[in-house]
Amino acid sequence: MSESLVTISVQPGEKAYIVTVVGRVDSSNANELDTTLAQLIDDGHNKLVLELTEISYMSSAGLRAIVSALRSAKKKRGDVRIAAPSERVSEVFDLAGLNPLFNTFDDVETAVNSFN
Amino acid sequence: MGNKNTLTITGHYNQVKQVCEFVAAAAQQAGLDDNTVFQVELACDEACTNIIEHAYGGEGKGNITAIWEANPQSFTITLHDNGRRFNPDAVEDPTFVKPNTTPNPDELKVGGLGIHFMRNLMNEIRYEFDKKQGNTLIMVKYIE
Repeated sequence: MSESLVTISVQPGEKAYIVTVVGRVDSSNANELDTTLAQLIDDGHNKLVLELTEISYMSSAGLRAIVSALRSAKKKRGDVRIAAPSERVSEVFDLAGLNPLFNTFDDVETAVNSFN
Repeated sequence: MGNKNTLTITGHYNQVKQVCEFVAAAAQQAGLDDNTVFQVELACDEACTNIIEHAYGGEGKGNITAIWEANPQSFTITLHDNGRRFNPDAVEDPTFVKPNTTPNPDELKVGGLGIHFMRNLMNEIRYEFDKKQGNTLIMVKYIE
């Protein structure tokens, strides 16, 4: 039971850093996402694109990590933008009423290029 | 598979998935469609997470017993714990999901999001507390 259910990878970029999250995000591992995003923003990478295409499941614990990152990024004049969310992710964002807070794009490239 | 079954887990976050899978498999067996199975699973996940966080005040403080019951009209999840009294109904929705509220990242208060999910994903939520039995949360999804 100790293996993580989520894989998080970070791809540096000039316009934005891309964070790809794959798998299941719940209360057992949301802190991994939270820590990764917080570290990036602390290091000055406050323009982030979250690629959420291959998330099979996300609970409110995952959302909390993303909202927390948005709050931190905005304070540093950055942003957290969402690329190609899976159906499950979209449903959870809808349910939480969070869509007005996030800029969401159909693909990663468009999301990255939205940063000037 | 019968129309009622029970599973007990220890109150650790990495055990919650076991309850989710236990409930989701039964919901699927009961004939709920994939999206409704996801909703039931998510409500169960949020409820178990809240029990660990709020009723027990952390991991490893006690067990959670989950019971599912299926009949042609509804699918019911009952969760028992022996933690301190915790009534989800007493928790307010997060600020940014209130109607006519303009979301502002600086003012976000995400506490209560799990309970907001439970309220919106299930048709009925009932709560009971007994000094000996502890907390009992009953969540019902109607089968249409």
